[in-house]
Order: sequence, then structure tokens, then C-alpha cells
Amino acid sequence: MKTNSFDQFKGSADYVTSEPLRNAVNLAIALGRPLLIRGEPGTGKTQLAHSIARSLGKKLITWNIKSTTKAQDGLYVYDTVQRLNDSRFGDKDISDIKQYIKKGKLGQAFASPEQVVLLIDEIDKADIEFPNDLLNELDEMSFHIPETNETVTAIHRPVTIITSNAEKELPDAFLRRCIFHYIEFPSPQLMEEIVRVHFPDVKSKLMEEAMKVFYSLREIDEFRKKPSTSELIDWIKALIACDVSTENVSREIPFAGALLKKEVDYDYFINNYLARNGNTIRRR
Amino acid sequence: MFTGFFYTLRQHKVPISITEWMTLLEAMYRGCITNLDEFYFLARAILVKSEGHYDHYDLAFQEYFKGVVSQSADISDQIKEWLKDSLALKKIFEENPELFDKMTLEEVLKELEKRLAEQTEQHDGGSHWIGRGGTSPFGHSGYHPAGIRIGGESGGRHAIKIAQERRFRNYASDLTLDTRQMKLALKRLRQLTRTGPEDELDLDKTIHATAKNVGDLELIWRRARKNTVKLLLLMDVGGSMEPYALLCSRLFSAAHSSTHFKDFRYYFFHNCIYEDLFADIERSEKISTEHILHTLEPDYKVILIGDARMGSWELVEPYGAIDYYHRNPTPGIVWLKRFAEHFTRSVWLNPDDTRYWIHPTVKAISRLFPMFPLTIEGLELAVKKLIVKR
Repeated sequence: MKTNSFDQFKGSADYVTSEPLRNAVNLAIALGRPLLIRGEPGTGKTQLAHSIARSLGKKLITWNIKSTTKAQDGLYVYDTVQRLNDSRFGDKDISDIKQYIKKGKLGQAFASPEQVVLLIDEIDKADIEFPNDLLNELDEMSFHIPETNETVTAIHRPVTIITSNAEKELPDAFLRRCIFHYIEFPSPQLMEEIVRVHFPDVKSKLMEEAMKVFYSLREIDEFRKKPSTSELIDWIKALIACDVSTENVSREIPFAGALLKKEVDYDYFINNYLARNGNTIRRR
Repeated sequence: MFTGFFYTLRQHKVPISITEWMTLLEAMYRGCITNLDEFYFLARAILVKSEGHYDHYDLAFQEYFKGVVSQSADISDQIKEWLKDSLALKKIFEENPELFDKMTLEEVLKELEKRLAEQTEQHDGGSHWIGRGGTSPFGHSGYHPAGIRIGGESGGRHAIKIAQERRFRNYASDLTLDTRQMKLALKRLRQLTRTGPEDELDLDKTIHATAKNVGDLELIWRRARKNTVKLLLLMDVGGSMEPYALLCSRLFSAAHSSTHFKDFRYYFFHNCIYEDLFADIERSEKISTEHILHTLEPDYKVILIGDARMGSWELVEPYGAIDYYHRNPTPGIVWLKRFAEHFTRSVWLNPDDTRYWIHPTVKAISRLFPMFPLTIEGLELAVKKLIVKR
């Protein structure tokens, strides 16, 4: 039998999830393991953490990873420069080192009196050794600060969501400790649900036409960057805002720039796609 | 529990370890998994750590659990459906261009209908009937080179059916790649050295020096690290490369948009390199090969792309070039040899399937240049070859 606590995450009103994804999230919560999320850009990897936080009613702590981020930054930073400055010009008691220890995002998540959702966003942006440096901390959920001889231990294991764009390969030892889910590109049915969450009043006819155009564009392999969910949402927003008539959507494909972000793709679209479909675009 | 599944997965090259297996058992013990559908997704989330292995997982899952749930997919309906679907047909021929060599489309379709009429029940394995896993040219996951794959029923919720769909076929890393993946592979092509003005703060040394100065700030500067890799790309744009035009243009654009190279040069050739290379795909602007060999330093990393399949005279004989009006006194192999000797690091990427590499000219060229298939794995190996220290 399932324990009652398993089905914690059910998706939130503004974020549509597939069942496998919901299961993976609940599994990660139940086992207390980090959930590693991968998928095409624009499929809502980062949004997932926001949705989990809202759905569970927990605070979200986001740690955005950059190429210069070090694992240590997430735990704590010892502000030696401030202390040096204070020692020369300040009037503070510099022997109290504690005031110069600033907790990083991971440290904050551990120290929080209630369980939080921790999002480690785009972990692959950092140095290749970065995930390995966090292994122990994520396993034990604690770390030691030698400067103050203090150990920070998580009061509640944070629900950890890690996103990656697969720019760098993640170390095996790190992967072994994670639950992994690959967000597939949404099927037309799921996509319709997603669009409806954003635009509840969209006309069915307009939706149908827009989806047809969108999925036919996605079938073109020549595009360098295929349009994804976020582009579709922007595009439909533009179509609604300008009140484009339904027939025009597939005939002229207005605001194609919202879908295609690269010049070469746009050129290809004008010269091949529109021409092939016997369409003409009005030149301005 | 299910220990056989563990080994089936490992047989299918899913890199799973005991740690992950124990996690799965823990999840089952905690009651997170109640039926096979849930098992399919949750076990995948725990055991498989890359979408590249999802397809292998699907195959292993099918193999291990095929006896558990019986499925009754109405294949003949699907074939009718599929016969109507011209897009699927187009795809089949893109996937198996050699189909043209073995059978004409008409023949294939006729044969398919004939067998369909003879066959009244579902069939797995074997070499004639339409079914799954056999070597008949028709069916699901078959191995016949001229085979047509008939996809599983879509939208089904049964785990086995989902596994059967093999939706992640295209993510398997032994398949060929898209621009982004190529860019990632090329990104590894870098050697960082410190050059330029001393304008980067060396923090460690600064702290050390400041501490030595008893707290008086002393700033230490150093040169920034830059990539010193120079890349020379040589592409075959001959007739037999036509099927790979899209693939090659992706690699080209990946290399072109990778800004991290110190220098990037590219030239084109037709089948083999002779005394001239071309600056454009139309082969209108000539550049003397001699000039390139003289002006580019040996430390350029060279990537040659071509199927290396040609008439042996094109490679080894003087005046053997494929263009009738092209008179080349020096045979192609000599020119290739000069490239291999001049540049310290060079590789050849071959978009052809490795089973064609037994062709004599492919063999001859692969003796000059380390040859890799133009796939994710091949490109990564090639890049590694280009940067290893001797």
C-alpha cells in the first residue's frame, strides 16, 4: 500500500505536469534524494521548482549557478575583506568571527527551521568538478565551518530540484545519488492544457490553428532552434493581443518572429516554408 | 526481487550500479510503487540517468517483462493506417536509404501486403512474418537492412506498450547528432594558455602577498587564460555526400558559431583533395592546396569530413580526378599524405555507417588519418584524439 505522504505533489494550477513527472517528484520527496531534471530549453524545468514550492506551500530558495560558482559559495562565505576593513577602520569586535560568516543558498536551506524547496538551477554551467564537491553535503545534509568550529545540519531535508541543460556531463558519483527525469517535449494534448492554463479564454478555433502551425514548424529539421513551449505561449499572446483572425493564422503566420529566434531560421521559414505552402507574405 | 531485470538492463548497456538498485528496492519497500505502470516510470527515474539511455531501458523492459502482460495490438489496422501515412514512408527512406538498393518501394509494399494477407495472427521473432524483433523486412525493432518499422500503438497507457513505442530512439547516443550536441562536443576542443596583458587579478597570490605585508593591500595581476586551438575544417561536398548534406551543414554551423577558437578555417573538396581546395560549396573560388600547407602552421587541428568512398583511381592515380576536365599530375593520396604529415593532429569524420568502411579507399585513407563515425560518440572521440598530449 502507498503511504499517505507519497502523493504530496499534485501540480499547481498554473503548471501542467505529466503523471511520470509528478511521480518522479513524489519519489524524490519520499526518498529524500535530489531530483535532476533535464529537457529541451523552454520545457519548464525551472518552473517546476516554483510549482512544487507553491503546491506544497513551502518556501523556495533558488541557487542560480554561473560558470564562476564554486561549491563553497553555496555553503558559506567568510568575508575576510570586511573583517580586514573592520580591523583597520571599524569599531566592531573583530574577534567574533561569526558575524563575518555568511551562509550561502545551501546553508540557508539547511538552517531553515521549516522544510524548504531548494532549486539548484543549471548545475551544468559551473565547473566540471562542481557537482562532486557537493556530494557529501547533499548526502549527509550537513557541513562544517572550521572558522567557527560549527556544524550546520539540515533540520529538515530540503526538497532539492536540480536542473541541467546537458552542457557538461555530470559525474557518475553525483548521478548515482539523484532521481532523474527527462521532460519530454509536450504532446499536442498536454500542450493544449498548458496553453489553456495561460490563456483560459482562448478560442478553440484559434488554438487549433496555432497548434497546427506550431507542430508543423517543429517538424522542420533545418531549423537551428526549434520553437518550444515558451515561444508558443508568447506567440499566442501576440495573436490574442492583436486579435488576428483565425484564417490568417495558418495562411500568413503573423508574428513568426515570436516563434523563430534565429535569423537563418527566419530566412528559411520565409523562403521555404511559406513558399512551399503556397503562401505569400506581405512585405512591409 | 527482479534481480534478472538488473542484469537485463546491464546487458542493454544501461550503466546502473548497486547504489541505484538499492534505491529502487528502498522505494518499493516504502510502498511508492504499486503497479507495473508506476514501476516503469519510477524505476526509470531511479535507474536511468540520461535520456540517451531511455531507449535502452525501453528495450530491456520489453525483454524482461514481455511475459507479464499480454498485449493484443491490432497490427493490420496499423499497417493500413501506416500505408496511408506518407510522412512515415518518407521517414523510412530517410532512415534506410539502402532500401532503394535492395528493393524498390513498390516491391516492398507489395510484399508487405502479400504477407499481411497470409498472416492472421500476431507474431514475435522469426524471419518471415510481420511482427516484432525478427529479421523479416517488416515489423517492429527488426534487424533486416531493408526493413520497415511499424510503430507501436500510441497513446496506450500500458507500461509495456510505452516501452514498445521507444519514443526515445532518437536520444540514444549512438545516433547522429544535432548542431547543439556538436557544439558541445567541439567545446571540449580547447587548450587554455595564459596570453595577453596582465589584467586579471590573481586572488590567491594577492591574499598571500597582502598577508605578508601585514594587511597592506598588494595586488598581484596575471595574464588571462585563452583558448589557443586553431581549427581547419575540410569537407567533401561530392555527389556521394549528398545524403549527408544536412548533417555536414550542422557540423559546419556548429564549428562556425563556436567562438572559442583562436582561428577557424574551412575549405571544401570533391571526393579527394588535389592541388586546389575551394572556399565555397559551389566550388567556384579556388585556393591552392600548396598555399594552405605553407601558410598554416602545423599546430592547426584538422578535421576532414567525407565518406572516403571513391574509385581507387581517384585516390592513387595521376590524372585520376573524377571531373573529366580536371588534370591532376599528383595523385590524391599524395596530397592527403602531405596533410597528414604537415599537421600534427588530424582526424577524419566519416558520416557513412561503419559497415561500409571495408571499401578499399576508406581503408587506405583511414591508415593516414584516424577515422571516426560522424555521431555523438565518434565526434567526442575525434575531439579527444585532437587534444591529447603526445
